[in-house]
Amino acid sequence: MATAPHTPLPRWEEDPILAVEHLFMRFGGLIAVNDLSFKVGRGDITALIGPNGAGKTTVFNCITGFYKPSEGRLVLAHGRAPTDGELASVTLIGERALVGASSGVYLLERMPDHRVSGEAKVARTFQNIRLFTGMTVLENLMVAQHNALMAASGYSLKGLFGLPSWNTAQYEATENAKYWLDKVGLTDRADDPAGDLPYGAQRRLEIARAMCSGPILLCLDEPAAGLNPRESLELNELLRSIRAEHGTSILLIEHDMSVVMEISDHVIVLDYGTKISDGTPDAVKNDPRVIAAYLGVDEDAVEEVEAEIEAEVAGSTTEATS
Amino acid sequence: MAQIVDTAPASAQASESVLAHALKDAFITGLVALGLLGPLIGFETVIIDGALGLNYRPLVLAVMVGIIFVGRLILNLTVWSPNRQPKIRTGPTVFDRAGAIIGPVVKPALLAFAICFPAIAVFWSGGLNPSRYLVDLGILILTYVMLGWGLNIVVGLAGLLDLGYVAFYAVGAYTYALLATSQPIHDFFAALVGEDFWSNWAFWFCLPMAGLFSGLWGMILGFPVLRLRGDYLAIVTLAFGEIIRLVLINWVDFTGGGAGIASIPRVTFFGVPFERGEDGFAALFGLSYSPMHRLIFLYFVILGLALLTAFATVRLRRLPVGRAWEALREDEIACRSLGINTTNTKLSAFATGAMFGGFAGCFFAVRAGFVSPESFTFDISAMILAIVVLGGMGSQIGVAVAAAVMMGGMEMLRNLDFLKEFFGDAFDPTLYRMLIFGFAMVAIMVWKPRGLVSTRDPTIFLKEKKSVSGDLVKEGHG
Repeated sequence: MATAPHTPLPRWEEDPILAVEHLFMRFGGLIAVNDLSFKVGRGDITALIGPNGAGKTTVFNCITGFYKPSEGRLVLAHGRAPTDGELASVTLIGERALVGASSGVYLLERMPDHRVSGEAKVARTFQNIRLFTGMTVLENLMVAQHNALMAASGYSLKGLFGLPSWNTAQYEATENAKYWLDKVGLTDRADDPAGDLPYGAQRRLEIARAMCSGPILLCLDEPAAGLNPRESLELNELLRSIRAEHGTSILLIEHDMSVVMEISDHVIVLDYGTKISDGTPDAVKNDPRVIAAYLGVDEDAVEEVEAEIEAEVAGSTTEATS
Repeated sequence: MAQIVDTAPASAQASESVLAHALKDAFITGLVALGLLGPLIGFETVIIDGALGLNYRPLVLAVMVGIIFVGRLILNLTVWSPNRQPKIRTGPTVFDRAGAIIGPVVKPALLAFAICFPAIAVFWSGGLNPSRYLVDLGILILTYVMLGWGLNIVVGLAGLLDLGYVAFYAVGAYTYALLATSQPIHDFFAALVGEDFWSNWAFWFCLPMAGLFSGLWGMILGFPVLRLRGDYLAIVTLAFGEIIRLVLINWVDFTGGGAGIASIPRVTFFGVPFERGEDGFAALFGLSYSPMHRLIFLYFVILGLALLTAFATVRLRRLPVGRAWEALREDEIACRSLGINTTNTKLSAFATGAMFGGFAGCFFAVRAGFVSPESFTFDISAMILAIVVLGGMGSQIGVAVAAAVMMGGMEMLRNLDFLKEFFGDAFDPTLYRMLIFGFAMVAIMVWKPRGLVSTRDPTIFLKEKKSVSGDLVKEGHG
């Protein structure tokens, strides 16, 4: 429909940072994610939306290594999109990743959660905020830089004796933390316990903490939940600036359509674990299946619309591939 | 205020009814106590001429019921009185203000006291030899301070509930006992450097070894339990503590079994033995020989070891590994989402805590000169854990104070002989030691549920160091 033959491919097709391929997630008899495939463009803000229980958070948990997918491949590309040959070879040899000088391919489904964050550089936030409430705001941001600091502290040996190289690393980490504190407007509260912050500030701190780990892909699970309209606007600004200044791609789950439609470049709609729509915000907004999934329609109407869409989609895909 | 003024004329009448009510209530309580205590305390079974007989104790019963009646009456008229105005607390309490004043001087003062303690003990008890009891007590307290600080890393910082800490204490003690009494090692060094070398230097060689072995055991035990959390972790660590003890009892060829290992070489002043004679410590420093020299030296050894533990913990807390321990206690899932390898982090906490337990165990073996599995029962684990919980999890100074109070307090309770004047010579006050101790624990847990020091010190700050309220700090889920 939107993709005419002469228009260039959208970014998520041309240079995907993350390709989810035929993802299945079964919990016993329940199929939470059913043959889901989509791509996340490098430098895009991609939104994953869908009604409650559609499997969005399950997809997130698969991507970030908290769940092992039942089936499917999750390809994260550093630097540039991998060639088919590279992809086939890394898949076949059974390695977790193939890392070159300026690019790397990571198969996230093969990695445990801490490696997804530490090595593949995918950071995430949680639907129910998970801050270290008993630690100060600054400490939260220091913990996020654990791996870099751990190496700098010589796995605690250099740090135990207070060698200068460790002190430098610690200073740099603090500067990085300060930068992010400034960015989310929490500098004044740096020394307060994270659990004392108001809700909106805790949400921002969680994003800052995720960014402190230096990710290339930031996964946000409902970042706008519980925010007032003003805070939602601030969140939009923050996400835009993260993308603009750090080149971090963002994948977010969101129910707040003002956020989704405002900032996303690409929207994927899930319902009952399958993808029902994928495209630009405008295309998705007008997709009858999305409207049906969100608002609900009569049984007859669904069939009618589905038949119509099948025909249309079949037409457009043949157009695109030809 | 208006309400109080209005009711003022009626207050005389009200207080009368309060008194009547209080009396009535106390009387009923007294009756209940009489009914309950009558059979329990009023009769005593005694064996008279080989047959079971009854001894009546009306006086003791009357005293008990009297105490309950009067106590209830007093409570009714004061704490539970309906006229009592509840105090509304605003601002810091007396304790908070006192804490703010004495807080900064507590640590240096305690440290100075700990260093001067042998001198104070000698002065107090009027001589070197009579100070033996006090110095011994000091060593005991410091051993538990060190064990408390060691376990604090595992329980207080990393939030892993370890009920088998005594296992590492045992590994440390047996490492020293086995290595120091090993004939092959003795012979090896005898041929190489001299006959007395190994018995004089064994402690100083074995101390790091004991820490190393215990740390290793911490890792070995840590691996299988890493998947467990909370109650399950506690039970499995408890089992490991018992397994180590049972192995020590049953592996007779290696450990000597229940008989233990005796005549372990004593501590030396860096190779100079504390002996009578020309080569001894006293002769070297031109002192007249006293067995107390060794004991006082032991005191300083354990003080040094305890301070090493404290110093290492304070340093580690400010390093990424220490922050990761605390983050793990706060939220394990968030840790994993930030790329922290929780397996390694837990293992490092287990191993570090175990290492300090091993040092303490090595010290225990050299002080006692004898080890047997009897010394490493679950009681010790429970006592150390009680010290950590009582002190406030994660707090250094709280744990030190708790150890002093618990171990010192237990000793003080031995000196309750004056109570015999009230209850007669048959009364043995030491039997009530554990009861009083239990009451004290309950009282502290009611008033200070998060331990003596419930606030947490941040490890890094930008402008101002603000301590974190204990309400926000999580206790960990294993």
